[in-house]
Amino acid sequence: MRALKGTIMDEQSMDRTVTRLAHEILEHNKGASNIVIVGIRTRGEFLARRIVEKIRKVEGVAPDLGFLDITLYRDDLHGKLEQPEMKGTDILFDISGKDLVIVDDVLYTGRTIRAALDGLVALGRPHSIQLAVLVDRGHRQLPIKADYVGKNVATAASESIRVHLNEVDGEDSVLLMHPDSDERGSAQ
Amino acid sequence: MKLKSRHLLGLRGMPPEDIRLILDTAGSFREVLDRPIKKVPPLQGKTIANMFFENSTRTRLSFELAERRLSADVLGFQSGGSSVSKGESLKDTARNIEAMKVDMVVMRHWASGAPHYLSGVIEAAVINAGDGAHEHPTQALLDLFTIQEKFKKVEGLHICLVGDILHSRVARSNIYGLKSLGAKVSVCGPATMIPRGLEQLGVDVYHHLDDVIPSVDVLNVLRIQLERDAGRFFPSLREYHQTYGVTLRRLSRAERPVTIMHPGPINRDVELSADVADGEHSVILRQVLNGVAVRMAVLYLLATGN
Repeated sequence: MRALKGTIMDEQSMDRTVTRLAHEILEHNKGASNIVIVGIRTRGEFLARRIVEKIRKVEGVAPDLGFLDITLYRDDLHGKLEQPEMKGTDILFDISGKDLVIVDDVLYTGRTIRAALDGLVALGRPHSIQLAVLVDRGHRQLPIKADYVGKNVATAASESIRVHLNEVDGEDSVLLMHPDSDERGSAQ
Repeated sequence: MKLKSRHLLGLRGMPPEDIRLILDTAGSFREVLDRPIKKVPPLQGKTIANMFFENSTRTRLSFELAERRLSADVLGFQSGGSSVSKGESLKDTARNIEAMKVDMVVMRHWASGAPHYLSGVIEAAVINAGDGAHEHPTQALLDLFTIQEKFKKVEGLHICLVGDILHSRVARSNIYGLKSLGAKVSVCGPATMIPRGLEQLGVDVYHHLDDVIPSVDVLNVLRIQLERDAGRFFPSLREYHQTYGVTLRRLSRAERPVTIMHPGPINRDVELSADVADGEHSVILRQVLNGVAVRMAVLYLLATGN
């Protein structure tokens, strides 16, 4: 099967990229004092954990970390063949007044982020909401833009990006796949 | 993951994985109920009719709240003062409501089997909110959720249903659900209030509370349904309380604390003494809170799974 078209990141380059994202977040927000980090389940959760750990190493304190399940806010809930599984939102702190950074693996149509914004404003009124993604593959269908991008990747809409993370997939990699691929992993 | 059935009519024969899916989903909705804004949008644009052919306060309010929390549009219907009192048949009532483009019907009915009948004559998904002395699946699901929340499991626990088993749809749904998840289930009550052949469901039958209390984890105390003429089945309320009333004195004979549940409304100092109902091992108000989350889960799974 000619599924794999190219490797975009391996373990080391992903680690460097996450390190840079953490530093950019700190630089832009002038430190960690007012930052909270929210990862979008599933893979955004683990990237958010890594970014928080990087920030802790630099600043000595870890910002509050939460996880958002966007299932209830999706615009395609009705009419999907497979019912999406709810994994639950876990944000145990007040986000009001904070500089909140959403973390996700791939930015594509923007619909996930649109749903995440709806989910977050139901929890409080942050001072600002920013977006950090590991990969931006283009093809936006909504006016949404990331503040921090690990890597911009030019893709055809028929191709897919697979993000593998050690915590769920047993390895760290970002792969660009041909259209006929059916390999497991995050397909966006 | 989706439910096997497009209706929720009862727990009898429901696969355990479906019960677990509902309980897991309810866990996510339980978190929503702790938020400052307790409303989420997944049922936006869906219309749900609550058809209550029998009096109900908490079940109706609980369903209505669950529906509104999910952003559905809600139609209320109580049999008193409607065309039912003018002699319209159940089928005609339901089809008229359906003609208004209703997506789901939640029905409480005094006749056992009414929701099953309805699910065969209308297109909308039907949820049984209690039918006669047959089933009350969402009550049993919220009981299971509350037990799981407290003990982190259901399998292997011993749950005893106390009181009027004969008239109780709550008891029947609880027995099916608890057995399906691997709990040990017993019932305890006067012989006149235990249906014959109940042992065939794999349930142990007791007639003395003191025999069962030492081995139970949970007592689910059922309401004496005086409106169903339950008083014919025992000599007096005072005698019932002395024999089957759950009291602190009785519970003190158990070696470990016994969790107390009750589907409500309580007849205080009949089936349950006031100090037990309000005591530290009572999870009765927890059941009410969890009921909203469980009903949100059922509505959500049925509305998005079809």
